[in-house]
Amino acid sequence: MSASRKVELVCPAGGLPALRVAVEMGADCVYVGFRDQTNARNFAGLNFDDKALREGVEYAHRFGAQVFVALNTYPQSANWAHWARAVDRASEAGADALIMADAGLMAYAARTHPSLRLHLSVQGSATNHEAINFYYEHFGIRRAVLPRVLALPQIRHVIASTPVQIEVFAFGGLCVMVEGRCALSAYATGVSPNCDGACSPAKAVRWEQTPRGMEVRLNEVLIDRFGAEERAGYPTVCKGRFEVDQKTYYAFEDPASLNALELLPELVRAGVSAVKIEGRQRSPAYVAEVTRVWRQALDACLADADGFRVQSAWMSALSRLSEGQCHTLGAYDRPWK
Amino acid sequence: MNSPRLSLGPLQYYWPRARVLAFYEEMARLPLDVIYLGETVCSRRHELRTRDWIALADDLASSGKQIVLCTQVLLETESDVKALRQLTENDGHFLVEANDMGAVRLLQNRVPFVAGASLNLFNGESVRFLAQLGALRWVVAPEISADELAAVQAQRPADLQTEVFAYGRLPLAYSARCFTARHFRLQKDLCEFRCIEFDDGMRLRTREGDPFLVLNGIQTQSDRVMNLIGELDALQALHIDVLRISPQSQHTPQIVELYRSALDGRLTASDALEEMRELMPSERCDGFWHGKPGLMVEATP
Repeated sequence: MSASRKVELVCPAGGLPALRVAVEMGADCVYVGFRDQTNARNFAGLNFDDKALREGVEYAHRFGAQVFVALNTYPQSANWAHWARAVDRASEAGADALIMADAGLMAYAARTHPSLRLHLSVQGSATNHEAINFYYEHFGIRRAVLPRVLALPQIRHVIASTPVQIEVFAFGGLCVMVEGRCALSAYATGVSPNCDGACSPAKAVRWEQTPRGMEVRLNEVLIDRFGAEERAGYPTVCKGRFEVDQKTYYAFEDPASLNALELLPELVRAGVSAVKIEGRQRSPAYVAEVTRVWRQALDACLADADGFRVQSAWMSALSRLSEGQCHTLGAYDRPWK
Repeated sequence: MNSPRLSLGPLQYYWPRARVLAFYEEMARLPLDVIYLGETVCSRRHELRTRDWIALADDLASSGKQIVLCTQVLLETESDVKALRQLTENDGHFLVEANDMGAVRLLQNRVPFVAGASLNLFNGESVRFLAQLGALRWVVAPEISADELAAVQAQRPADLQTEVFAYGRLPLAYSARCFTARHFRLQKDLCEFRCIEFDDGMRLRTREGDPFLVLNGIQTQSDRVMNLIGELDALQALHIDVLRISPQSQHTPQIVELYRSALDGRLTASDALEEMRELMPSERCDGFWHGKPGLMVEATP
């Protein structure tokens, strides 16, 4: 593997401070969203207004980094104009690319801003080259972010079968459901990741200490109950404990977050164009540390993929950030399924 | 105003071959207008392989109903893509429901197709785009409310049909992981096809014992049964062309007959619902239709 091949490190920013530290720590690209439901991290106090975005773009460009704007939720007819306007705003702010999922909105972006680079979001649920090439032929997408469902051989096959650059998730929170194909939050709370850009919103969460333990509900549905010694996680439906056939367990997944560090040489050899860090909702300190570690690791890997060894200092730094959660290789490793 | 047609959605569960064939033999005799066939959930299921579904479509074609072959929602491997091509290249003999954009790519500008609910069509622009590529019908994502649907309907091309999921447990999520295999501590690749033991999936309850969801392999469904029998007037006012009933192991024929009777005006919606009470596998819900959390019940006809 020659050092000349470029693999970009794509890092999250929920605000200007995170964007700045990501750039300082060596992110090639930073992805951000507007302060509303046009992106999949629509959380209170997070994200960018027009002024902050312009400042962020300026700052990133000064250091040779790029800014991608996620417009990756699905507009509805009644609020269509708001999403279309967000496309215009991102373009006006000088974004290097838009990360999108909705076919109609991509058609709008391609028609209205033909020189604007488009990426297919993970929310577009494109898991195979036929789907990715569909977006390529119609909207000229330059890159697709793969849903976290494919094993390495499948990723290699996709890359071999499309002219579109492939970006994969490398680190951070892990949706066990296919992104863009999950209405569990909408079913329980009425707030939809697809349309509202949020999952299991805080306003629907209720914690209550009971004689049986600490109970957490999502709009009245009991998602889990924790003993005093147990670590209580945020109650998305997929991370709850439920009863199936008289067994109570994590029916969907054990609490774990993705860390593909040890697969980095494989991903680079497979020909991915970018590795992505999840976590626009995370603090600037978190973004700084993850970016620092992954920059070092990616540089080491690009210099000598065959000689690449995961350094224990990297792993312990990343483990500290995951707050004791287990790490998993997710779908890249078939036994996870 | 034309009354909507009735369709039977694809079988979501994994049943033994003989049972599947017997089920569709019975469906062919019911007052259904459209029957959707095919394995949409898991490519490992093999009681009927792709060619068997196509053969079944051939058998059912003489019933006078419109037969539609459905593609899988989540394609992972190259063999999944091959199975997809087998369906899309059936010589235009049968209509195909496209459940991912890969399927759309193989059908577009070549043969008419149905744009499935998992394509995430939420606005008039996207719906019109799919119509331009050859979609003759689109299936509304279950999470869309009546008000949102009305806005899309106002923008749809005149010759594009709209289908609504009217009855059944809602398909809510898909995963790379199999939750049935996980329940039995099996890997998906070595799953022993345990989902064949559960005619209607595995019920998942909260730790207080309340039924909440259903595990069906890589798919998660609502436990509650979406039922829009009380909304027939609203559906007609929105010019919905097709109402979909999703198969269950029990009482599907009676549900079809009750919908037909209500559509034909031989039974009031409230009487139909009263008769359905004993036939539904769980409580009713219609929250999505009313712009609320999906599990809620808003309307009583």
